[in-house]
Formats: sequence, C-alpha cells, structure tokens
Amino acid sequence: MTLITPERNQAAGHVDPAAAYVPDQSRAERRTSFEVADFPVPHGREEEWRFTPVDRLGNVFSDTPTDDREGDPAATFDATEVEAVLAEPLGPGAAPRGTVLVPADRAAVVASANTDQALHLKLAADTVYDEPLRLRIHGNGAGRRSNAHYVLEAGPHSQGLVILEHTGSAEHTGNLEVIVGDGANLTVVTLQQWEDDAHHLGQHDALVGRDAAYRHIAVTLGGAIVRVNSNVRYAGPGGEATLLGVYFADAGQHLEHRSFVDHNAPRCTSLVTYKGALQGDTAHTVWVGDVLIRKEAEGIETYELNRNLVLTDGARADSVPNLEIETGEIAGAGHASSTGRFDDEQLFYLMARGIPEAEARKLVVRGFFADIVARIGVPEVVDTLMAAIEAELAATGS
Amino acid sequence: MATLEIRDLHVSVDTEQGPKEILKGVDLTVRSGETHAIMGPNGSGKSTLAYSIAGHPKYHVTSGTVTLDGEDVLAMEPDERARAGLFLAMQYPVEVPGVTVSNFLRTAKTAIDGEAPKLRTWVKDVKSAMENLRMDSAFAERNVNEGFSGGEKKRHEILQMELLKPKIAILDETDSGLDVDALRIVSEGVNRAKEGTDLGVLLITHYTRILRYIKPDFVHVFVDGKVAEEGGPELAERLENEGYDRFLSAAAQN
Ligand SMILES: Nc1ncnc2c1ncn2[C@@H]1O[C@H](COP(=O)(O)OP(=O)(O)OP(=O)(O)O)[C@@H](O)[C@H]1O
Ligand SMILES: [Mg+2]
Repeated sequence: MTLITPERNQAAGHVDPAAAYVPDQSRAERRTSFEVADFPVPHGREEEWRFTPVDRLGNVFSDTPTDDREGDPAATFDATEVEAVLAEPLGPGAAPRGTVLVPADRAAVVASANTDQALHLKLAADTVYDEPLRLRIHGNGAGRRSNAHYVLEAGPHSQGLVILEHTGSAEHTGNLEVIVGDGANLTVVTLQQWEDDAHHLGQHDALVGRDAAYRHIAVTLGGAIVRVNSNVRYAGPGGEATLLGVYFADAGQHLEHRSFVDHNAPRCTSLVTYKGALQGDTAHTVWVGDVLIRKEAEGIETYELNRNLVLTDGARADSVPNLEIETGEIAGAGHASSTGRFDDEQLFYLMARGIPEAEARKLVVRGFFADIVARIGVPEVVDTLMAAIEAELAATGS
Repeated sequence: MATLEIRDLHVSVDTEQGPKEILKGVDLTVRSGETHAIMGPNGSGKSTLAYSIAGHPKYHVTSGTVTLDGEDVLAMEPDERARAGLFLAMQYPVEVPGVTVSNFLRTAKTAIDGEAPKLRTWVKDVKSAMENLRMDSAFAERNVNEGFSGGEKKRHEILQMELLKPKIAILDETDSGLDVDALRIVSEGVNRAKEGTDLGVLLITHYTRILRYIKPDFVHVFVDGKVAEEGGPELAERLENEGYDRFLSAAAQN
C-alpha cells in the first residue's frame, strides 16, 4: 500500500499544530456501526473531528429524539415537489434502508437511531424526470434538535435531479442514503442556506451502479456549523462519481466538507472538486478529501481538487487531500489543494482599466468560482449561488 | 488636448530595511499627440514611474505632483485615474482566472464611459480591433492573460488601449518579448491610436527598434530615478551605439 502524505495549505499567518498529524490508519479501517454506543461523543482530538468545534455540538451529538412539539415540529419537511417519487417510508432495518449507509460517526449514528421512519424517494426505472425533485427542509428554531434520514433510490437507467434545500435554524442531523441503479444518471444537490445560528451535520452515502453516473453537489452558504460528508462506493464497473462543493464562509462560520471515494470496483472514475471563499474574523472552512484505491480497482481514474480564496485577514482554511493506492494498475490518480489570499495585483490590474474596486473584487471572486459553477451546470442552483455570493460581497461593503 | 505633468516626483517602496527611495525627482510633461521615449538601464526606476502614475499601492509618493489637465492625479484611486484618461500597458500583465477577455473588456469600457457600450457596435469594434492586432477571435472567450504567451499579453494590452481610448498611454516595455512581426503589428496599433484619438504616449523601452515604427518626438534618458538627459530622436541612436556608461559613471559620482 502506498500512502501519499497529505498536502496541507493554510492561509498565511495561521499555524495549525494538529496539521502535523499524519493518519496511520487506512481509511478502509474507519469504524461504521448502527450502535450509538460504538461512537462516544467526540472530544475533538479524533482524526475525523480535529478541525470541528465539537465543544459547541453537544446538542447534535446527544442521543435524543427530534424536538417536535404539539403542532410545531422542529423542522418542516415540504415534500410537495417530490410527490412524484414519494414511496412508503422505511423503518430501521427495512431494506434498502441500511444497505448503503452505515453510520460512520457520532452525528450519523444518532440521526439514524432517532429516525423512526425514513423518507423514501424512488425514481422509477427507465424514467427521465425533467423537473427538479426538491425537498425543502426548514428548521423551526435555533437549538431544537432535528433528526432525519432519507433513502433515495434511482432505478436502473433513470435520470433525475434531487435537491435538498435547508433553511431556517435547527440542530440538525441528516443522513442521505443513495442507491444509483445501473446506468442511472442522478444528481443530488444539498443546499445549506441556514440562518446564522443553525448547526447541521450530515452523512451522505451513495452506492453507484454499473455504468451509472452520480453527481453530488454541496453548496454551503449559511449556518454556524455545517459539516457534510459525501461518500461514494461502487456496485460495479464503469461508474462515474462527481463530487462538487462550493462554500462561502463569513465571520463566525465553520463550514466543513469531507468526502470519501472508495474505489472498490474496476474501471470507475471519480472527480472531486471543492472551492470556497472566506471572509471575516474566525471564518473557518475545512475540506478533507479521502480517496482509497483498492486492489481490485484496476483501470480507475481519480482526481481531487480543493481551492480556497481568503478574502480578509483572520479567516482560516484547512485543506487535506488523502490518496491511498493499493494497486498500480490505474489510469490516473492525482490531487491538488491550495489556499491563496485575494490577489491585490489582480485588483490593481482591473482598477487600472477603470473598474471600481467593489466591482473588481466581485469579478475576481466570480472568476474564482467560474469553473466550478460551469461544472455544476444546474441553472437554478447556479443562480441561487451567484446571488448569495454577490450578497456576501455586498455585505462587507468593500 | 490633454497634458500630463510630472513635477519633482519622489517615490519610495517599503523594503525590509525600511523605505527605499526609487524615484528621486522626476520632471516630465506629456501632451496629446506627443510621443516621449524613456530609455534607461535595468533598475533605474522606469516601471516605478509608470506604476506610480497609474496608482499602484506598492509605491509611495513622498513628494512632488502629477496632474492631468491640472487635476491632481495622486489624489485619485487607480480606477479614477483610468477614467480620467490614463492608461498603463504593463510590463507584466496579470492573469485573472475565470474572467473572460470579452467580459473584462466590456466591464472596463462600461466603467470608462460611464455607460454600457451599444452592443452591436461594440461587438464589431472588438472584432476589428482584434483582427488588426492579429489576435484570434478565440481569445475573447479565454480568461484574461491566462496561459497567454508573452507576445499575446502585449497585444492584449494594446487591444485594451485601442478600445478604451485613453488620453495619455504609458507603454512599459510593450516591445520586449515581441518578434519582428508582432512588433510591427503592435506599433501599428499605437500609431492608429495616435492618429485616431491624438493619444499622448510615454514609451518605456530598452531598444531603438520600436522607435523605427513609433517615432518619438522626445527621448529621455532615465538613470537612478530621474531624467539624466533629454533630446530628440537622435539621442536614441547615440544610446544604442554608446550605451548608458556615460550616465552611469556620472550617477555613481553623485
Ligand atoms: N520591494 C522592493 N525592495 C527593494 N527594492 C525594490 C523593491 N521594489 C523595487 N525595488 C527596486 O527599485 C528599482 C527600480 O525598479 P523598476 O522596476 O522601476 O526598474 P526598471 O527601470 O523598470 O527596470 P527594468 O528595465 O528592468 O524593467 C530596482 O532597483 C528594484 O530592485
Ligand atoms: Mg521595468
């Protein structure tokens, strides 16, 4: 086994003592379990929690039911735009629930244990869904615990776009379990537009079928602490996984994205691209991208990339790619990660052509996101994203 | 008719050992229609002069004045200077990832004119300006300066100059890195602007070859942060033959 040591990049002026830590355990050996007792409440020194402000997450880590009150649920799930694919909910142990997602951390296990009936969406085989299938999740109050587990099945050769939209505030744990049937083409967007005081931890696991194409797009703009883990493995050869993420962190926000691509089948591909911007004191983003290429994963191709743009002092971006390779018979594997400060030379160049500073900044930031935005290619997600970025930039008045 | 006046300009940059004076009293006047060549050895402060006029934040003016038609240029932000009619073709143009040339040009033109250009004529103007500079139309959809060759970057600078129509343009070594054909093409662009808009030009160069295409009215020898000698086009020839030794030894004695 080759273990390529992670590159680490941080904004100038920030030294992270924990960054010296090099994992000595293969990603394959990470524990998964349905038993809450198997995951003690994290103290923050664990490999997978070392960047996260766990001291503020006591509520989401606790093994507690959803804080629903008489006529006032902790979170409202508006399923009107997914009615076409709504299937019977699934209790614990009712397949396919539990066949793809086994909780891999404390937040996921308490979400699983405290969700009695998992929302079940089923895209019929050989069917193309033209309209986006949108599930709106609205948190009804800061501090209120909300647990969720969704099972999403895309039948063989189906095609569709599913959007999970998070707004409002809550202490939300949400698991998403995705089965991409053979030859299916499924895009999942998870949009985090929470209020400033929301906490949201989520584990999204997908099993990508033979010759299927799966895209997972995380767009995180709001929330005090958001951590979305997007994991993929393959049910057969020829699968394609594209994991994309865009985030914009302001002062006081901790936005964390982790991905794990388990190349457990031959001739599959994965492409992981996350880009983020940060501004304001204590804005903190984390990206950890794990890729494991197992012995049997011959002929696969993988590339992962993370770029961060630090717009102001006091913000910090952690970026850690990990690539483990157990076979030499691959088509390609690579990773790149960088964190750069806003480039004043670019600003000067644009201003020297008459463009006012605020507009020049906007151009540079939009330009930074341009390639990933093009790759997302879902017009309504892109529009929401660009509008949010403009608003973020306008808010600083720079 | 525009006049750029530089009077006794002193400029410093911050270094680890504290501020370092680079420009030590520059006097220069450039009027519409005039072409001034500035020649001088490496490190004499030519780019510093260019950047200081354009308002790069790295350069600190410690004394002296720069005015454009009497207006205080030094009080203006870089974008205001550009809108007032100044243009700097940079020695090392900057890459701006994700911003296409066409978006950049349209945004700059809109900023300079205070209103968006008429789409129809603008598209035509850009197209013909690019053709004149032998730039493939594919450049319009590429990101600003990203992956451009040295010569392509310089053409792109002149393209901007032709489209933005400044009153006074400073060309900082626009000729370096150009092959003979490109040099001619770029020079034609400058001459078109001179004829079309009565552009005043401050041309910074090491070589007389560009002066065969763009005829200077005045030549200034720049040494150790100031103008050491001034003359007509014949001075350029002398420099080409004799080099800067004469001036350098004089500067060393100061
Ligand atoms: N940050 C800095 N610290 C120290 N010296 C500096 C700094 N920035 C610029 N200088 C010096 O200022 C001087 C003038 O530089 P400038 O770029 O203006 O020269 P130039 O005449 O344009 O040279 P060239 O012909 O090579 O383009 C140089 O000696 C340079 O090293
Ligand atoms: Mg120079």
